[in-house]
Amino acid sequence: MTWSEMQPLLEQACWDTLYMVGWSTVIAVVGGLPLGILLVLTDRGGLLQNTVLNKVIGQVVNIARSMPFIILMVALMGFTRSITGTTIGREAAIVPLAIGAIPFFARLVETAVREVDGGLVEAVQSMGGNTWTVVRKVLVPESLPSLISSTTTTIVALIGYSAMAGTVGAGGLGDIAIRYGYQRFETELMWITVGVLAVVISLIQFVGDYAARGLYRRGGQSGAAPRLRLLRSRAAVNSGSEASDDTDSADTSSEAPKAEVGKVA
Amino acid sequence: MHPCPAHTHALHSTVTETPVITTTGLTKVYRSRGREVTALDGVDLHVREGEVYGVIGQSGAGKSSLIRCVNLLERPTAGTVTVAGQDLTALAGRGPRAGKELRQARSRIGMVFQHFNLLSTRTVQDNVELPLEILGKSGKERSRKALELLDLVGLTDKAKSYPAQLSGGQKQRVGIARALAGDPKVLLSDEATSALDPETTRSILHLLRDLNRQLGLTVLLITHEMDVVKTVCDSAALMENGRIVESGTVTELLATPGSELAAALFPVSGEASGDDRTVLDVTFHGDAATRPVISQLSRTYNIDISILGAAMDTVAGRQVGRMRIELPGRYEDNVVPIGFLREQGLQIDIQGHAPALVKEGAK
Repeated sequence: MTWSEMQPLLEQACWDTLYMVGWSTVIAVVGGLPLGILLVLTDRGGLLQNTVLNKVIGQVVNIARSMPFIILMVALMGFTRSITGTTIGREAAIVPLAIGAIPFFARLVETAVREVDGGLVEAVQSMGGNTWTVVRKVLVPESLPSLISSTTTTIVALIGYSAMAGTVGAGGLGDIAIRYGYQRFETELMWITVGVLAVVISLIQFVGDYAARGLYRRGGQSGAAPRLRLLRSRAAVNSGSEASDDTDSADTSSEAPKAEVGKVA
Repeated sequence: MHPCPAHTHALHSTVTETPVITTTGLTKVYRSRGREVTALDGVDLHVREGEVYGVIGQSGAGKSSLIRCVNLLERPTAGTVTVAGQDLTALAGRGPRAGKELRQARSRIGMVFQHFNLLSTRTVQDNVELPLEILGKSGKERSRKALELLDLVGLTDKAKSYPAQLSGGQKQRVGIARALAGDPKVLLSDEATSALDPETTRSILHLLRDLNRQLGLTVLLITHEMDVVKTVCDSAALMENGRIVESGTVTELLATPGSELAAALFPVSGEASGDDRTVLDVTFHGDAATRPVISQLSRTYNIDISILGAAMDTVAGRQVGRMRIELPGRYEDNVVPIGFLREQGLQIDIQGHAPALVKEGAK
């Protein structure tokens, strides 16, 4: 296979991948963000404590996450047809991709939102804010750097899943690597595809990290980019645990390092 | 022990007899895994308008639960909370969520926290504007009010900074400005100075004091530091095991024989130098504090008095304190001089005699 033969193939595959991953990411964020926040709010001690609802959502998320993507795709065929009118092609692949990514993203959101200092929630409550205010003014903005990192992780995972979308004729880079590279022994094309995927993923990771870090630099306290987290993990643990229960004990140590790191960051 | 000259020159606080915060039979029981922990056990608290009221106690005494019950961040298991004439426990409803009326009432109660609880993603000004956003004020009004409050706490130049760029004391000033945004009559301070160094603590306490005087703000603060009570409080309560063991104005407490709080506020020590000596703790409060009673005593009865220890301070603008003195001779020999001191309106506790009994009785 010559480069001139490969080029249009790769170009099309790139667009297919971006199209599928792009849309399913949008849907995953729209669906997963409220779900993740709801998981935190309905948990024991949460603002909307509801053990039953929490367990139900948790179980649904677990089941959805434990399903291999290829099975999910087949299992969802009827649902996919009812939405897109077809079970073949890029649009048809978006449905299972998005549905597979929603619970994945929801768990990441849950972890990110849980990191937000409970004291901030208390502060907003003491000002007379309701649950919606807490979500809008505290939980989402304060965990934004982590949420962006989570979105990056989700996009990268979706690119991986999308390789299997080839089985429903959706195309994409992964599909090229499997069909041409692996099944037709076009080793060269396979490596090129893998190379392109590597570049795409690195690029996404870079942009994601940059965005998260930019926000972290501005804010400097909760929801840090992972690398900076290590430096200030102790301070964060201290203030977090104390805010949650009885705040009687004095803690002079946690303030100084926090401010320090904030400045360095 | 440090005298606080700033107080004596500043305005006196205008404490009225109107109760602003009243709790009756406030009880909070935490249940976890079948175990019950009583954090508050029938607390009756009376905070008068315009005073700085300090609740002091050790970790786990229930102070945090108490202050959180005042604006119902914690739902009391039993009892009532009334703030500015409004029964908050009645507004609370049954569910765990705060209804509209309770939220409105909360917006009129400011609160500052030990760990400041500022939003890291907002600038200082935006942090102060947050309560105003919740109150639905317009953008213009918000920034005007926020800048005004930042000026009040002395942080005008930091309006565009982020909390991470501020020192602990500056963060707490922002916290205070934010707490004042809703023009509250009452400010709750939850260990506001516990994460700060002594110097910063003093400046924050003075700020609270000034606000108390300038705005007529009633302040309820909890702390585990006796110094905080001494520096700013008009009244204080001592908490132990979820109960208020002692309470009253600082002068009243001082006048209470065997008061633990008074002993902690004005600690005096010193041992008798011999067997045939009488050791007295003299408590000065009110008018007697201004008269030279010790030298009068010495002259009138021609006795030598040694001062073993003393703790004098200006509390709420008045000279108060305690002094431990030693008189020659046994108690029996000193009945007359002691009578003289009592006649002067001083409170006398004789060491090694009555006080021990009184103290046990008080507990």
